Parts: sequence; structure tokens; C-alpha cells
Amino acid sequence: MNVAARSTTGKPHKRAFWTMERRDTLAGYLFIAPQLIGVVTFVLIPLGLVFWYSLHEWNVLAQTFRFQGLANYEALLNDPGLPQVLGATAVFSLGLVVFNMALALLLAVLLDQKLKGIAVYRTLFFSPVVVSLVAWTIVWSFLLQNNGGINALLALVGIEGPNWLRGSATAMTSVVVVQVFKNVGLNMILFLAALQGVPRELYEAARVDGTPAWMQFTRITMPMISPTILLTSIITIVGSLQVFAQIAVLTQGGPGMSTTVLVYYLYQQAFQFHKFGYGATLSILLFLIVAVLTFAQWQMRRRLVFYEN
Amino acid sequence: MKTITRLKTATAIVGFALHFAAGTAFAQEQVELRMTIWSANEAHLAMFNEIADSFTATHPNVSVTFDSLPFESYTTTLTTQIAGGNAPDLAWILETTAADFVNSGALAPLSDAFANTEGYDLSDVTEQATALWRADDELYAYPFSTSPFAMFVNNDLVAKAGARTPAELIEAGEWTWQNAIETAAAVAGNGADGLIVRDFNYQIWQNLASIWRAWGASPWSDDGDSCTFAEPEMVEAMTFIHDAIFEKGAMPEPGESVDFFAGNAAMTITQISRASLLPTGEAAFDWDLVPLPSGPAGAYSVVGQAGIGAFAMGDNVDIAVGFLAHMSNAENSAKLARFFPPARASLLNTDTLGKTNPLLSPEQLESVVINGIANGKVLPGHEGFAEIQQVVRAELDALWQADADVEAVLTSVCDRIVPML
Repeated sequence: MNVAARSTTGKPHKRAFWTMERRDTLAGYLFIAPQLIGVVTFVLIPLGLVFWYSLHEWNVLAQTFRFQGLANYEALLNDPGLPQVLGATAVFSLGLVVFNMALALLLAVLLDQKLKGIAVYRTLFFSPVVVSLVAWTIVWSFLLQNNGGINALLALVGIEGPNWLRGSATAMTSVVVVQVFKNVGLNMILFLAALQGVPRELYEAARVDGTPAWMQFTRITMPMISPTILLTSIITIVGSLQVFAQIAVLTQGGPGMSTTVLVYYLYQQAFQFHKFGYGATLSILLFLIVAVLTFAQWQMRRRLVFYEN
Repeated sequence: MKTITRLKTATAIVGFALHFAAGTAFAQEQVELRMTIWSANEAHLAMFNEIADSFTATHPNVSVTFDSLPFESYTTTLTTQIAGGNAPDLAWILETTAADFVNSGALAPLSDAFANTEGYDLSDVTEQATALWRADDELYAYPFSTSPFAMFVNNDLVAKAGARTPAELIEAGEWTWQNAIETAAAVAGNGADGLIVRDFNYQIWQNLASIWRAWGASPWSDDGDSCTFAEPEMVEAMTFIHDAIFEKGAMPEPGESVDFFAGNAAMTITQISRASLLPTGEAAFDWDLVPLPSGPAGAYSVVGQAGIGAFAMGDNVDIAVGFLAHMSNAENSAKLARFFPPARASLLNTDTLGKTNPLLSPEQLESVVINGIANGKVLPGHEGFAEIQQVVRAELDALWQADADVEAVLTSVCDRIVPML
């Protein structure tokens, strides 16, 4: 007879279901429940559904939903427009990341000063982040018109500006610049916070050693803020792959296909051409690209990121 | 005591149940129809609501709401609603997407329902007007608007530039595209803008049909099977348009936004329903409405059409079709004629149209509206039009450069769309 299973009175003792361990487990799940429910409802289930849709031919008007295996994936490999779309996406993402990060870091270094009224400048550069994206883009679309504000300003100094949104190179540049100006404030604030976290003693020591300012930046500042650089680069790249409103408002993917990035192409296929199955297939491609890029960046952190907690 | 309490509880439950059951029965009788439209114009909505109220008067359990969607994304929004299981009961349909909707099986057939509606005379609707909306002789949508494209003119600007007004040119029998563009170029050289093809914006290229039909050009053959973008007529017409933009400066260049109705341009090609945009009061100008100029292929007219269909997948299909029969009967078509020209032979006269179009003179109604509807060809459309539209738009972007090779661009358009036709 198991002695432990009997109480002191000698009657069989029913072991309590809610042991300390189970209570802790339940509490843990309850604490993460809001996030977990959100992820399951808005990420995992839609992701599963998108994959399921990608295996079908879904004609919305005719209300037909036919399983067709990997036909959409075959169509993806043979899509004559796709190389151009992926090229435009790469150019946009690369341009955006390089320009955004460089400008954000420059602004952060400039604003990391103890000057009177510095808070006003910081607010000014951050303010576009809180402006509505569509409103911001519409205003820029007026400025970038052939007879718009920017060319009128250029004309004042005797320069005939290009037709910004109608030339393939200038259209892409315009979209990148409009997007950078919109969001550079966010990266700037992150860099600023990181810069202010660098211990001042390091610079003092470097100055005592006679280290030039440039070398202080490359040997102290950059390594110390490298975790933030990694974070902002991931956020910016992932964000750049999701750009939609700017393209829809400024160029509608033109001229030609020069600014048709993957998300816009996906939108066209699914919602304009009613090919929801193929649109879902393109979403899977986008998901894989984002996943691979994020994974690669995390791998790179071992070589490039220092002083990570 | 216990028994009494139980009885009370049971009565209460039955009471509640009956209440809900009655409520459900009542809700089943109430029908709320929803129709998507692309106009948010208050005058249009007031007229639709008036027609809906007259239907409710005879069908007290039915109410109709009109859901205004933005024109630019109209079909996209509509199909997304359908995909999401939230299809409206009725919808306006653009002529360019008519083939997609009519052939998909998404719309309820109308012919029998209309024939069985007392006093409804479908034969009054011209056959030409219903051609787009039929499949296998069955009517799937009613063409409630057959609106000719015409030219609005700002005579003040033309006079200021010292050019001949279209009215003068018509009188002299010289109302041709060559002369029209000369007038536009003269105004453009005088500080304002010349000719605007409304809603074209270097995107909605099908609206250029209002010009290229003067050369007898069209994007594809009548059966829709072969591409005719690179035919000599189209090359000639597009060369004319290209010169008008880049050599004569008679049309705004890409990326410029100009509004005729704000008094900033000499002429605009658009549909007569836009007459409601003409400014009044201090901003008013001396305007005219004239037919499209003639070209190498002679006189021509182009109409834009819109149909109304009832969705076959809805819960209240019969009632929706009934409302459509009511909305499109002769009496209500006469009301709609104020903004949406009817394709009914009995209404195509200056008396009827004049009552609802006080802005237009009998001559304008005769030459532009009646003649346009009788002889007009509908804007080009095709099955899978949305994709063809985008592909052609992308290819034509190369044409809207000052140094473009027109023929080469049009050939490349055909190369791209042939597999889709």
C-alpha cells in the first residue's frame, strides 16, 4: 500500500488536480493568451488559408473554387512579368534601406547634441511618421506632377525639372524618396536612443589617446550601436517589401512596369484581375522572401553585431 | 408553491421564445436591398431614393439603400465584396467589364422577369443598346445609361485666344479633328490649356476611343479575337494624338492635372451627365456642347454604357429583379434621363429629354444625345478587360514620351495582348 496516498486519518487521499506546477502553467498561458490568440487568428490561420487558396483556381464572379494542385506555382515560374516585378522590388528595397539608414544615422548624429531647442528639431524630423500615409503621399503626388510644386521651385532657379512620376528612373527615385522622408524619423529616434546609450567614457578615453573623430565613429559608435543597426535594417527591409499605398497613389506601378513591386503586383492579380488563387501564390512567394531575408540578417548578426545582451 | 414557480418560469420562457420567433418572422418579411453605384452625386442619389421610395410604396416590406463606391476602384471593391461573401443585391456595371459579369453566371437572368412584369416593354429598348448585356439571347443587365461622348467648350477662352469656336466651325462645315486641335493649340498658346480627354490621365486609355474612332481605329476586332492596335488607322490616330500633345501642346502632357469645369481649358471630351459640373455664379463661363469632330473615317459617335444587374447568389433575387424592373420601366427611365440617357426609342426625342435636361438646347439634344445614342459605338470592352487594360496601359507608357516611335510601341502592345484575346 502506498503510504503517501493516505492521509493521516488513513482514508484514501484524492490528489489535487491543480498542483502548483499546473497552476503556473495555466497562469503562463493566460498571460500570453492575448498575444497567442492574436497570432493564431491574424497570422497562422490566414497563412494556412492563403496556402490553401494558392492550390485553387478561385473565380470570384463565377463563384467557382477548384482544386488544381501546383498549377499556380507553375504559372508563377512561367510568369513573363515576374522577373521585372522582382527587379523593381529589389531596386526599391535596396534604395530604400540604404538611403533610409544613411539619412537616419546622419540625422541622429546631428541631433545628438546638447543645443538649445534641439527638441524642436527632433520633433520636426519625427513629425512625418505620425502623418497619415495616404495624405502624405497624395500631397507628394501634387508636388511631383509635371506642373507641380517641385518643378515650379526648380523653374525659379532656371532648372527645367523632369516629369518625375513618368520617367522610369525618376519615378522609382521619387517613390523611394517619398517613403524615406515619411519614415526616416522612426529610425532616427531609434539611432538617437542608441547613440545616447554609448558610454561617454569611451569617447573621453579615445580623445586622451588622440583618436581622430572619424575613427571614434567607426571604432566606438558603430560597434556600440550595431544591435540597433540590425534591428532597424530588419524593420526597414520588411517594411520596404510591404510598400503599397505609395505605389498605388503615385505611379500605379508605371511607367511601364518600372514601379510595380511585388505587393502591388499581388494586389493587381488578386483584386483587379480577380485571380485570387494566383494572388495567394504570390503572397506565399512574398512570405518566403521576407522569411529568408530576416533569417539571413539574424545569421549575419554573429559577424556584425557586437555587445548584444 | 414550487409548481407555481415552475409554471411562472415556463410561461416566461415561452413568452420570450414567442417574442423572438415573432421577431424572426417579422425580420424574414423585411427585405433590405443594397445596390452599389459609383456616383456620390447628391442629385443622383436624391433621384434614386425617390425611385426606391415609389417601390417601397407598393412593397412596404422592401427598402433599398444605395452604396456609393469610388469610381477608380469600383469593380475591385465590388468583386472583393463578392469574394468576402458580402455581395450586394444589385450593382452598376461598367461597359468595359460587362463581358466578365455577363458571362460569369454571377447575374440573374432578366428577360422572363421583365416580360412578366405588367406594362414592361423591353422591345422599346434598342437592340444595339442591350447587345453588351446579353449572353445566349438572355438579358443579364439593363443598360440604364447610354451616354454619348461629346465635347464641352469654353467659348470665353476660345474667343480670348482669337480662335474659331467649334460652333463657328460646325456652321462653316469645317468641324474636323485638324481644326479642333488648332483651336485647342491656340488656347494652349494663350496661357490656358487646350483639349482634355476627361478621366484619361494617361491611364484610362480606352477613353481615347472618342478620338481614334474618327480614324476608324479600334483596339481589337469586333469578335475580340485579334489585336488591331498596330493597324494603319490606329497608328495614324495615335500619331495625331501624340503630335497634339508633344508638338502642338494642344493637350496637357502626362503628369499634369487640369480641370475643364474649373475654367482652365478650352475643350473637354466627356459624357453629357457631366453637365452637372458646369460652374454657376461668378465662376460661370460661356459654354457650348457639340458633337465630336469628324475625321478621316467621317462622322462618328462613341457611347459609354452602364448596366444594372441583380446578383444570382443573393437571398432576395426575385425582389431585386422586381426592383430592377421598376427602376428601368418607361416612367422611371424618363426620370433617370436627366443624368443617364435612356436607350428607349419612346424617350429619344427632344421633348422628353428637354424636360429633364434644361441645360441643353433642343439642337444640342438632337445632334449630341439622340444622334449619338442612335449611331454610337460603345467603348471597347473584352472578357478579362482589367488585365488587358493594365497590360496595354503599361505598354502605352512608352508612347507618352516626346521622342516615342508610335508604330513600334503599338506593335509591342499587340505582342503583349495577343495571348489574352
